[in-house]
Amino acid sequence: MNFFQLLNGATFAALLFVVASGFSLIFGLLRIVNLAHGALYLIGGYLGFSAAMHSGSFVLGAVVAIVAVAAIGYVLDQGLLRFVRGHELREVLLTLGVAFVLNDMALVIWGGDSFTVPIPDALRGGVRIFGVFYPKYRLFVLGAGILIFIALMLLLQRTRLGALIRAGVDDPEMVEASGINIRRVFLLTFVLGSALAGLGGLMGGAFLSLYPSADAEILVFSLAVVIIGGRGSLVGVAIGSLLVGMLNTLGQVMFPELAYFVIFGPMACLLAFRPLGLLGRAA
Amino acid sequence: MTTLETNASTFPVTRQRRSILLLVPVLLLALAVLPLGLSRYHLGLATEMLIYGTLAMSIDILAGFAGRTSLAHGAIFGVSAYVVVYVVSELGLSPILGAILGVIAATLIAALFSLVAIRTSGVYFLLITLALGMIIWGICLRWTDVTGGENGLRGDLRVGILANPRAFYWITLAVAAALSLAMWRLVQSPFGLTLRGIRDSESRMRSLGYSVQTHLFIGFTVSGFFAGAAGVLYAFFNSFVSPTTVALAQSVQGLLMAITGGIGTLFGSFIGSAAILTLQNVVSSYTERWQTVLGLTFILVMIFAPQGLIGLLRSLVQHGRRR
Repeated sequence: MNFFQLLNGATFAALLFVVASGFSLIFGLLRIVNLAHGALYLIGGYLGFSAAMHSGSFVLGAVVAIVAVAAIGYVLDQGLLRFVRGHELREVLLTLGVAFVLNDMALVIWGGDSFTVPIPDALRGGVRIFGVFYPKYRLFVLGAGILIFIALMLLLQRTRLGALIRAGVDDPEMVEASGINIRRVFLLTFVLGSALAGLGGLMGGAFLSLYPSADAEILVFSLAVVIIGGRGSLVGVAIGSLLVGMLNTLGQVMFPELAYFVIFGPMACLLAFRPLGLLGRAA
Repeated sequence: MTTLETNASTFPVTRQRRSILLLVPVLLLALAVLPLGLSRYHLGLATEMLIYGTLAMSIDILAGFAGRTSLAHGAIFGVSAYVVVYVVSELGLSPILGAILGVIAATLIAALFSLVAIRTSGVYFLLITLALGMIIWGICLRWTDVTGGENGLRGDLRVGILANPRAFYWITLAVAAALSLAMWRLVQSPFGLTLRGIRDSESRMRSLGYSVQTHLFIGFTVSGFFAGAAGVLYAFFNSFVSPTTVALAQSVQGLLMAITGGIGTLFGSFIGSAAILTLQNVVSSYTERWQTVLGLTFILVMIFAPQGLIGLLRSLVQHGRRR
């Protein structure tokens, strides 16, 4: 694996981190496996693409993607999931139904062609680092991923909301007993997690492109990240993203036809020894 | 609540339930004379219902009796169908050999999957089986030399007597009935009772000296065998496989049928399969958006009728009596 491929792996890992961190936050706190997360990624990407195409502004595309998908997350939590609270499997299967509906609706609106979100001029072209010529935009994604990691760490470790989320992951009843409206924390987390999926959709849409089965692919990668890293641990997500990103790049270079296998083989081995992932704790 | 609402009690069938079983020969006879009054199109639909009912039933063995909801069974089913079409049309071997190899392949895949998945339960089990099923999908999509990639594989499997729709229906009915009987015997056996014990309390079964892992491994593998057998029927029925055959939607649809029929009712799977396929058929004549309808049905069933149609009727009846 040369330096160029190493960078490819790292930038893909950064994108995976953005998407999977939202998935893991929701899974960790609300115990909801949101199988519509991939569909939210895809919808975010498509909406961001349309907004960026019409306005010519990448930033506006990002804002639209984040806000719209956060709103969908709000509706999903308040409109549907509230009816099945406390039944883990019913929640998961309901989000699966939502994923099917959203994916099909996206197909109606944007059709089956593949789109690429337009990159702003400042990020076009490439730069030479350590002797390789590398696309600027992918480096930007890497930087953005690291920034989001730092921001989320600060949010979780340094703010009141972060403290509530961490406490909620460990023992939601206890948090509620101390007079906190835990449902509001849950809702905020759900919306935040969804927004991250939307942002990921826009970021990924600019270098992986958007097509009808992109949601399933990113969902499976996110699942692998969270299964490897463990539920509700941000550091676990970062480690999982790096592992999956690197393995995927390695797999595509060495066995292009079996790339999926290269990711899930190690995941299966890991599960045999640590069923809850590297940093996962029993619920 | 980490398992789906199941209709299967911890205890074996009571005498009252046994009397219901006397209806089985009558029902089978009715199903056997059915083709005489059906058009070719509806006969195909009835055949499909039997095939998918068998798949849903194999999912129900795990979901209703072992408390493990699998999203890999569509892929296991599809692997078997792929193997049958590949062996018969690409390698030119006999259909019987294809069928045997298909079932063996599905059973092996299920055994492999279960080694990874049985250590977990609840949502984790669902996630891991989902990811495992997606690997199969990824391989079928990308391994173009063998699987034909997105175009899939086509082969004329319906030769000789199989070409006759009525004969094919009867063969499917006979196979589905035999498989259902086998599955019913399985869940009524001491082995099936142990699975129910594991569903209700793993630690209790462990302290009673049962090997939970071994029972789940065998349960998953056997359930994969049945899914594979359904896949063989599907391969002959459809004569075509593509990544859609192994996609997540296949597992989801199978699970939805099992849930609609009532998790833990086993034979309810055929009611679920008939209900969902009828819905699909009606919807398709109005709109191309079957996937949306499937998703919406899933959402509605999860909110209003997680215990399935039979469970819904039962609770309505009980509600009426209480008044």
